[in-house]
Amino acid sequence: MVYSYFPGCTLKNKAKELDLCGRAALKALGISLEEIPEWQCCGGVYPLSHDEIAIRLSSIRALRYAKQHEQPLLTMCSACHNVIKQVNHDMASDEYIRTRANAYMAQEGYEPYAGEARVVHLLELLRDDVGYDKLKEAVRKPLTGRKIGAYYGCLLLRPSNVMEMDNAENPTIMEDLIRALGAEAVVYAQRNECCGGYLTLEDPQIPKQRAEVILRNAKASGAGMIVTACPLCFYNLKRHAAESGVEIRYLTEILAEALDVRGSEAEEV
Amino acid sequence: MASVYQVTKEEIEAISGVNPLKCMRCGRCTATCPSFDNMEYHPHQFVAMVERGEIEKLVRSASVFKCMSCMACLERCPRQVQPAKLIEAVRLAVIRKQEANHLRPDDLPALVDEDLPQQAIVSAYRKFTK
Repeated sequence: MVYSYFPGCTLKNKAKELDLCGRAALKALGISLEEIPEWQCCGGVYPLSHDEIAIRLSSIRALRYAKQHEQPLLTMCSACHNVIKQVNHDMASDEYIRTRANAYMAQEGYEPYAGEARVVHLLELLRDDVGYDKLKEAVRKPLTGRKIGAYYGCLLLRPSNVMEMDNAENPTIMEDLIRALGAEAVVYAQRNECCGGYLTLEDPQIPKQRAEVILRNAKASGAGMIVTACPLCFYNLKRHAAESGVEIRYLTEILAEALDVRGSEAEEV
Repeated sequence: MASVYQVTKEEIEAISGVNPLKCMRCGRCTATCPSFDNMEYHPHQFVAMVERGEIEKLVRSASVFKCMSCMACLERCPRQVQPAKLIEAVRLAVIRKQEANHLRPDDLPALVDEDLPQQAIVSAYRKFTK
């Protein structure tokens, strides 16, 4: 299957590892990606306001492309995934938003869009389209002995009635991936609580306190490493991780490592 | 009393698409809020105060800039009131006014370090600036 890939702004800059390792891993699994041409930044945060239409348009343009090409829209970044999937839901279910957004689409010469595209995160692709059993067979360097805590944060899971990735309070999709790669999955209470997000630009003390709570909890539960799919979670956790000794990595880094594509195909992509 | 911000309950409801009357005052939103300690008014108070039309106290409070948009309150509300959307609506009512941007380009150099992801800047601009 071919996927329309939406990398997003950060994966082309500060979170290159998330992108490169993810692409290399998918290549090794025989999955083809077509990067959406001229994709535009998702905006980073889903507009929680009902009356703002224009800031939803970048997502709709990407979704429109995926629909036209009859491909699922693939994301690897938690934030892009949250924004695009929620906007897709708006277009499918909210007539107020759909009507107004489609007036912009008409101006651009396109047919109305009504949420037809399927939005998948890398985790869902691996679980649902590839299958963790098949992934397990592709593992060449199992991460045996590693104790890894999944950090979901907010954006992969909430709101669960829209995101539909997993149970929002007791998710297993990342733990099951960690186990498929041969490591031990460490389950800890703070894995789906916020890192403080963009408040790092408002008051850095707030993400600092949040990160310390999360890291303390993960370490006390036995984790030597935390993996995430969100560049902002990565930043907020890593900034305060030194004292705890917990390593912070993107989930695609351990995926590429287990598939033994790290450092080889990752550089060629 | 006329508000200097001239924001009505109806405007907040229109921006947010939320009906605060659905709230049954259980307090779960505030109990689960990771920014509780940073806020003068907490999520359940946003809901109750919007319902009562006490918007001016909210628009004058720094609490609107302390929400992480983590959607915990929105997810865990047993009545689907979605308090985060009311907090967002009040914040928008503040920053949509002229010269009311909370984050300005000049502020950024002091806040940015080498590792800060683009996502942080984009998100903060969406939340704090019009």
